[in-house]
Amino acid sequence: MSSVLEESQELAVPAKKKKRKGSHNFSGSDRVTLGAFVGLPTILHVLFVWVPAVCTILLSFTFWDGIGGLKNIKWVGFTNYRQIFQLDDNLPIAIRNNILWLAVFALIATPLGILLAYYIDKNLKGTQLYQTSFYLPLVISLAVTGIIWDNVFRTDGVLNALFGDTNPDTAISWLGDPHKNIWVVLFIASWRHIGYIMLLYLAGMKSVDPSLREASAIDGATEWYTFRRVIMPSLRPVNVIIVVVTIIESLRAFDLVFIINRGTNGLQTLGVLVYQNIQGESTRIGWGSAYATLLFLICLGPIMVYLYQNFSKGND
Amino acid sequence: MVTGKTSKTGQRIAVGVLSVFSMIWVAPILFTILQSFRPYDDVIKKGVMSWPNHLTFVNYYHAFVQSRMWLFFLNSVEVAVPAVVLTLFLASMIAFVLSRYESRFSVPMLMLFTAGNLLPPQLLFIPLFRIYLKIHVPHFINSNGLLYDTQLGLILVHVAIQVGFATFVLTNFLRTIPKEISESALVDGANVWNHFFRIILPLLRPALASLGVLMTTWIYNDFFWAVVLLKTGNKRPITAALSNLQGEFNTDYNLLAAGACMAFIPTLLVFFAMRKHFVAGLTLGSTKG
Repeated sequence: MSSVLEESQELAVPAKKKKRKGSHNFSGSDRVTLGAFVGLPTILHVLFVWVPAVCTILLSFTFWDGIGGLKNIKWVGFTNYRQIFQLDDNLPIAIRNNILWLAVFALIATPLGILLAYYIDKNLKGTQLYQTSFYLPLVISLAVTGIIWDNVFRTDGVLNALFGDTNPDTAISWLGDPHKNIWVVLFIASWRHIGYIMLLYLAGMKSVDPSLREASAIDGATEWYTFRRVIMPSLRPVNVIIVVVTIIESLRAFDLVFIINRGTNGLQTLGVLVYQNIQGESTRIGWGSAYATLLFLICLGPIMVYLYQNFSKGND
Repeated sequence: MVTGKTSKTGQRIAVGVLSVFSMIWVAPILFTILQSFRPYDDVIKKGVMSWPNHLTFVNYYHAFVQSRMWLFFLNSVEVAVPAVVLTLFLASMIAFVLSRYESRFSVPMLMLFTAGNLLPPQLLFIPLFRIYLKIHVPHFINSNGLLYDTQLGLILVHVAIQVGFATFVLTNFLRTIPKEISESALVDGANVWNHFFRIILPLLRPALASLGVLMTTWIYNDFFWAVVLLKTGNKRPITAALSNLQGEFNTDYNLLAAGACMAFIPTLLVFFAMRKHFVAGLTLGSTKG
């Protein structure tokens, strides 16, 4: 009995000494438990996420056809990067598409999501119904999303039927025309993104102190002024998340374009080029890795912002 | 809710905008459901916008029986359920240590997990693909003895990535719960093991429910990893198997619509049943604590 008591006091005391971190005294079995609790998730995460990530970056400086062992890997410096920029016609299209994606998300979809959140927050009649409909795309996989919108945009689909021409020779090919299809894809992607932004914003707005709004309303401020000067500033954390989510989502673009035409013919994105150089018709591990590393470098900024936002103020 | 002053015209504009937008949101989904009940020949003859004179279950029958969508649905469940359970369990363990036994490693560890979750999947997949071709597993898991092309491999990737997000969320959640609750238990003589299972795990329940609902839909809806890490058609989850319904030259769009409905109706049901948890899960990561 007494030993149990001693042990418990040993444990209880360091828990109270908050300042002296890492000064716990643990029994042997507690140490094993703690080790397993930290070790198992960490090993899995590092082994399957960070090790491959570092390997990809290293592979982007090498040449390897994937045949034969690791001995056949040759260090080639920046050759892969030079080659993809000089030789691959897909890269300019992919970069253009990723930039367009980001621009449409940032300039159209995100503001629309905020606008809808603002209207939903008014709690008008039928708000629940509207809100639910905006959430639906978030529940549906991108693979299914592609099929749903294909009904609308394919040559003999709804849109062309409304225009009165579904003849495959003369009708508009929304998904087949490399000058049009990216805009269709961006429309579909926005359909999903807007609901997500709205959801994040609504949650943020619910957390704004109602008395702040009341005070502003009593002072005779217009609604728009209240929104801009009272609600927006208190939503700074949500705004940071939205910037990060918008950038990362637009860079990851893969599923939708892959479903529509495997990411070819005007729908190339960086994410697709990684895939095409690894499991496509030709295996160019160096090129694929270089594309993935480019993708990582662009993501690095938003990741740092996100970490800074969440960890800069310590443990509060 | 306090809404302040909203003029009559302001309200009308709001309702107008909301109704137009929600039409755009719901119409294609309803249209797909309608298509799934129409016979292909009928649509081919009269066009996609024609009045649906007869409705039929034949597309569902074909999708279910001939294209074996039930098998692919089960595949999805077989990946999503173990992956979510394992993710939540592992993340709870480490979140417990990082929030209750803080050390100078706690914040760097948490940053490692958070950043890992934000990495683009394309950055991981090239070496993972090669590693999976090298890792050998017993033959009862995969007949060719490799981790590549197994559901186990798919589960491991999902767990490894999602554990990053779950750890971040659960640690923040635990930090909002006063440590005094633990301290009284520790005075009662609980060791680390009991502290976790008897005190922390029950406290985590609401956060685990929200995360669980969210991650189930994420993993169920995954397409990228399923395409990249599985080769055998029969092992595919339903999202990746939908392409089986697309013909090389001619696609029966009504059959495809039925397949799509079979893929998304389970997630819609989960959403309607547990909407609160789903929304809470999505916002868990965005608000600090």
